[in-house]
Amino acid sequence: MDAIILQVLNGLDKGSAYALIALGLTLIFGTLGVVNFAHGALFMIGAFCAVTLNRILSLSHEVVDETRTDFLGNPLKVDVPYVYDWFGEAAGQTIIDWSVPLSLLFAIPVMILIGVAMERGLIKHFYKRPHADQILVTFGLAIVLQEIIKYYYGANPIPTPAPQAFTGSFDFGAMVGMEANQIIYPYWRLVYFAFAAIVIGAVFAFLQFTTFGMVVRAGMADRETVGLLGINIDRRFTIMFGIAAAVAGLAGVMYTPINSPNYHMGMDFLVLSFVVVVVGGMGSLPGAVLAGFLLGILESFASMKEVIDLIPGINQIIIYLVAIIILLTRPRGLMGRKGVMED
Amino acid sequence: MFGLDKKDTSLLIIVAILTMLAPFILNPFPADSAMAQFNAGYPDLMQRFVIFGIFAIGFNILFGLTGYLSFGHAAFLGVGSYAAVWMFKLLSMNVIPAIILAVITSGLFALLIGFISLRRSGIYFSILTLAFAQMSFALAYSVLTPITGGETGLQLALDDPRILGASQTPEGNIPVPGLFGMEMRETTQIAVGAWEFTFNVGYYFCAVIMLLSFYLAIRIFRSPFGMMLRAIKSNQQRLNYTGLNARPYTLAAFVISGMYAGLAGGLMASMDPLAGAERMFWTASGEVVLMTILGGVGTLIGPVLGAGMIKYMENIISKINSDILHGWFAFMPDGLEDFVVAIVYPFIGKGWHLTLGIIFMLVVIFLPGGLVEGGQRIAKAFKRRKSDDASGKTSTEPAE
Repeated sequence: MDAIILQVLNGLDKGSAYALIALGLTLIFGTLGVVNFAHGALFMIGAFCAVTLNRILSLSHEVVDETRTDFLGNPLKVDVPYVYDWFGEAAGQTIIDWSVPLSLLFAIPVMILIGVAMERGLIKHFYKRPHADQILVTFGLAIVLQEIIKYYYGANPIPTPAPQAFTGSFDFGAMVGMEANQIIYPYWRLVYFAFAAIVIGAVFAFLQFTTFGMVVRAGMADRETVGLLGINIDRRFTIMFGIAAAVAGLAGVMYTPINSPNYHMGMDFLVLSFVVVVVGGMGSLPGAVLAGFLLGILESFASMKEVIDLIPGINQIIIYLVAIIILLTRPRGLMGRKGVMED
Repeated sequence: MFGLDKKDTSLLIIVAILTMLAPFILNPFPADSAMAQFNAGYPDLMQRFVIFGIFAIGFNILFGLTGYLSFGHAAFLGVGSYAAVWMFKLLSMNVIPAIILAVITSGLFALLIGFISLRRSGIYFSILTLAFAQMSFALAYSVLTPITGGETGLQLALDDPRILGASQTPEGNIPVPGLFGMEMRETTQIAVGAWEFTFNVGYYFCAVIMLLSFYLAIRIFRSPFGMMLRAIKSNQQRLNYTGLNARPYTLAAFVISGMYAGLAGGLMASMDPLAGAERMFWTASGEVVLMTILGGVGTLIGPVLGAGMIKYMENIISKINSDILHGWFAFMPDGLEDFVVAIVYPFIGKGWHLTLGIIFMLVVIFLPGGLVEGGQRIAKAFKRRKSDDASGKTSTEPAE
């Protein structure tokens, strides 16, 4: 029993990342009908927003500390971050410590801006072109974005720790009244899952309960008619692209403590996210979320020792295997709508 | 000639001449000049040009003709490499059986994957092939280690049980692949004045095979079968309504292009007898897509051009570092020199991928037909200007 709970929990954090990226992909596909291969790059840029903010906050200047001396007897020079000067030392330390959650605020406008610029500058011209062209141009864009990040931040992973309060693990089993020391789970992963749930909930609520969301949903169903009603649907879809980019970026920001960001993390996630989208059903938002969590959890079950002993190598291929089976038996994916990308 | 019309024959002959004279053409700069680093005429790189040319030609038969975008083609290349290395280990160091087995194995593998993947089309097909290739990669990396050598890759060893031929040379070394006694790595260097030209047996072997497969590709493009594939690309539904089943044709195209990939893999293993799982990774599949698009989808010569361009960038442009750049721009005033170097530097050397990405995007946006279309447009513009000039002359004839 606890083994099962542990695997479900382990699957949740990866599943959350898959679900968030797949959600953004599906939003873009459902609204604009564009297959965005650069979505993984947006995830990666989000992660590097966290790195950037961390670096900005840690910007420091040299101060001569008269009270201490180095081994030659000269007064010691200490690097003092500017935030210490502005907010005092204790508050400054807290701010730097909390740089990853703070990056969320920083990442949202940046990602929306990037998303809108991308849509207006490039994707707009590809609505009428075949899907293969869209895949190719966004694939090229992904390479370009990735190389730009690599040029400025180098090729090595950059560790970006979570706030002190969330490092370490806790005993999940004891918390829910089971045997202690059986289910040990890192705090941040739980935070990540909660965060993902909130973002997914927010996106759905936004689409379901606001006028803007209603118009967007109407546009997804029948773009032409909505346009004929005198609504500028293109502008709303552009904003949706920005939101989808922001969702991917936020997923990236929060993922940095779990996995140190490097320039190719986006591509690694992209391939799997596409599989997730296809399994969930092209154009279906609930399908993307469901498939994301499902595949994340399946993957963690497949990496259990008992399972690997039974079928060696299954942990490496389970996602692809499931994708192949689903595509062949349920061509529309788990929750795909009829008539979307049928050909 | 060879059952081709005049235009195709001349294309084939031009390609043949270019590949045969490649050691000269690719080495246009004297060996001791500053430009020598742009010389691409060394055996390793020339072999890669033609091998990836074969790979891209094969990919183009699938994507260019049928429009099915496979994102997992590198799997066949990897399978071909493994098959060839196993042939070296077990049968003989002759490259012919190795290449034959590589082609057959990858063909069978392609038959299996194609049979399943081709049930779907569009992006689903891309994802299915991607999934299969990633699965093969993951399996080759982990579970299939006894067959594939896992992380270290499959290599020849001193105690290989080779049926034909000894398992080691008299000097106690691992024997090298050859063609009936001619070693693939045999090279002759000829110095003409300041120029140095390298002739390599392996390169010429690959080049001949490349020409054969290029010829075959032309025949496929011009055959009724190729016409059928084009029909599938332009409107599959209509084809179905005329009572034709498209699946056998697409499957045949898929298998043929898989066999081309296997041939490329076998040649790769023949030039350097080792095979690793990273050849099957999806970035390798992405690379062949880049090559084909850059050169020109659906054109005959495009994929070869694209392969050559990417491999040239990967091996030559990537070697330029900032010192060399400073050397080039040394004639400028200091401040300007640093400025120019700072602007150019991100795009070359280690950043060559950035340049590649930008060029690729530009090609997809503005030149869907790739470099070939670019060349045609330039040629057309020149022709038009010439005729404009001609007509202009007649109209502006002075009256006096």
